[in-house]
Amino acid sequence: MCAVRGLTKTYPAVRGRRGVPATPEVRATDDVRLDIRRGEIFGLLGPNGAGKTTLVRQLTGLMRPDSGSVEILGHDIVRHPERASRILAYLGQESTALDELTVSLAAETTGRLRGLEAARARAERDAVLDELGLTPLAGRPLKKLSGGQRRLACFAAALVGRRPLLVLDEPTTGMDPVARRAVWGAVDRRRAEHGATVLLVTHNVIEAETVLDRVAVLDRGRVIACDTPTGLKEQVAGEVRVDLVWRETAPLHVPEVAALRDRAVEAGRRWTLRLAPDEARAVVATVTGGAAFAALDDFTLATPSLEDVYLALGGAAQQGLVKA
Amino acid sequence: MSVVPAEALPGSALAVEGPAREAAELGPRARLWPALVAVYRAQLSRARVARIPLLFVATFQSVGIMILMRGVVDGGGEAQAVVAGSAVLVVAFVALNLLAQYFGQLRGSGGLDHYATLPVPPAAVVLGAAGAYASFTVPGTVVTAVFGSVLFGLPLTHLWILVAVIPLAGAALAGLGAALGLLAPRPELATLLGQLGMSAALLLGVLPADRMPEAVRFTRDLLPSTYGVEAFARTFGPHPDWAFVLGDLAVCAGVGVVSLAVATWAYRRAAVR
Repeated sequence: MCAVRGLTKTYPAVRGRRGVPATPEVRATDDVRLDIRRGEIFGLLGPNGAGKTTLVRQLTGLMRPDSGSVEILGHDIVRHPERASRILAYLGQESTALDELTVSLAAETTGRLRGLEAARARAERDAVLDELGLTPLAGRPLKKLSGGQRRLACFAAALVGRRPLLVLDEPTTGMDPVARRAVWGAVDRRRAEHGATVLLVTHNVIEAETVLDRVAVLDRGRVIACDTPTGLKEQVAGEVRVDLVWRETAPLHVPEVAALRDRAVEAGRRWTLRLAPDEARAVVATVTGGAAFAALDDFTLATPSLEDVYLALGGAAQQGLVKA
Repeated sequence: MSVVPAEALPGSALAVEGPAREAAELGPRARLWPALVAVYRAQLSRARVARIPLLFVATFQSVGIMILMRGVVDGGGEAQAVVAGSAVLVVAFVALNLLAQYFGQLRGSGGLDHYATLPVPPAAVVLGAAGAYASFTVPGTVVTAVFGSVLFGLPLTHLWILVAVIPLAGAALAGLGAALGLLAPRPELATLLGQLGMSAALLLGVLPADRMPEAVRFTRDLLPSTYGVEAFARTFGPHPDWAFVLGDLAVCAGVGVVSLAVATWAYRRAAVR
């Protein structure tokens, strides 16, 4: 339903001024090719600055790409960006346009601006606020709500006036588990009842693994992998992640530990190693017995997550994906 | 967490997408008038949260200026100019200055994305916001005009002209404010331009024109608020020349149309970056 071909956008280099360092030319999306199928929850996963938001802005008609094509449900969005607003609902990261409105008016006005008749907009507003458990907050201005509640109110506004495609840029940021469940419940209902498709931007690995049907991993503007979360994890199935936390410093006088140092990613007292299962077993045996054990504070052994996939595929950022 | 497999969804047979497929039907477009009313209503409701203190500031500022000028000016044409200038200053403060700040911030923070991803005509967003800000000026302008007329002993007979002055001067100044806010590359610059516009309306509108040097008087003629001030000031006379009043109001209306059109163009330009 959504086909992206050769999408490229380059931000020009900025000359340095006093107090502002120069930035080189940045290729925010680099020859991106994607196919999103009808009815699926498709994810864009990547650390901050990977180009997720730039890509989404080009898909929603908010930004013109330098080259490439975007086709959604048979419409050419590059040539007719204004059509995007009649096909999709977009939840951006900013809520400034709605901040001073009450939850109820934000949802109703958005529905009206999505072309609904007044009575219909009010009815859909009530239904959506009820569905998301926002009815008790309906009369409060968004500004006065907590971050997660405000996000949920913006999500409610995005749902008023049905659209076949929902584009959600980090929808659950700051939400408690109850609100998250409300969001994914509402998404699933729209999928089951109207075959809605969802494009989700996230840097949350756990969320990506549990919610997404397929995921494209983005790194520095390029799609470095695209598959189901399980399919991606199978690519690194041969690896196990071992996290070692030392009490103070690593006992480098133990030869086995010293030998591991080259392969570990160090973050303070924590060492992270990606090893074959046999090696991992040997390492755990070494550190839990003998001289190294005295220096060990904690250790974990884990099967690969999407974060490991990202790193194994050559993702440049060593940090930046969230596991929560 | 999803419990519905993609294959079991209604319409998933369409998932096989051939190249010669029909384009899907588009959702409805929001029509100009209902969208404008929706934006206007939403903007007006913001007043309860954020704007009321600023309206007091606008009114107190104008009332303060009139009290100050009471010691300098003692009636006649100058008093008429002071009262009319102070009343229109409220419009300049809210419609020009505050609207420029609002659109500047909305643009700077990415808030325009919300409107840009809705099928709403750009004119509805600009006119709805401009209309709401012009409406915010009504109480302050009326209070200032009545207070000033009483203070300087001017007749209240023709104050009804405010019914025409507020919307027309409001359209001209709000259009200018919206255009400045949407064209300024940074929000701080939008704030600065709005403040400068208001200061110009203050100095060139309230101070009597006869004592100004030629160059300043020329600048005064370029400022749209001047025509609102002139139209209003003329009606204080014993026999107002209604042709001139209409002429001044027509200038306001003309500037309003042009500046709102520019603001609409600026909105389109700002929405797709």
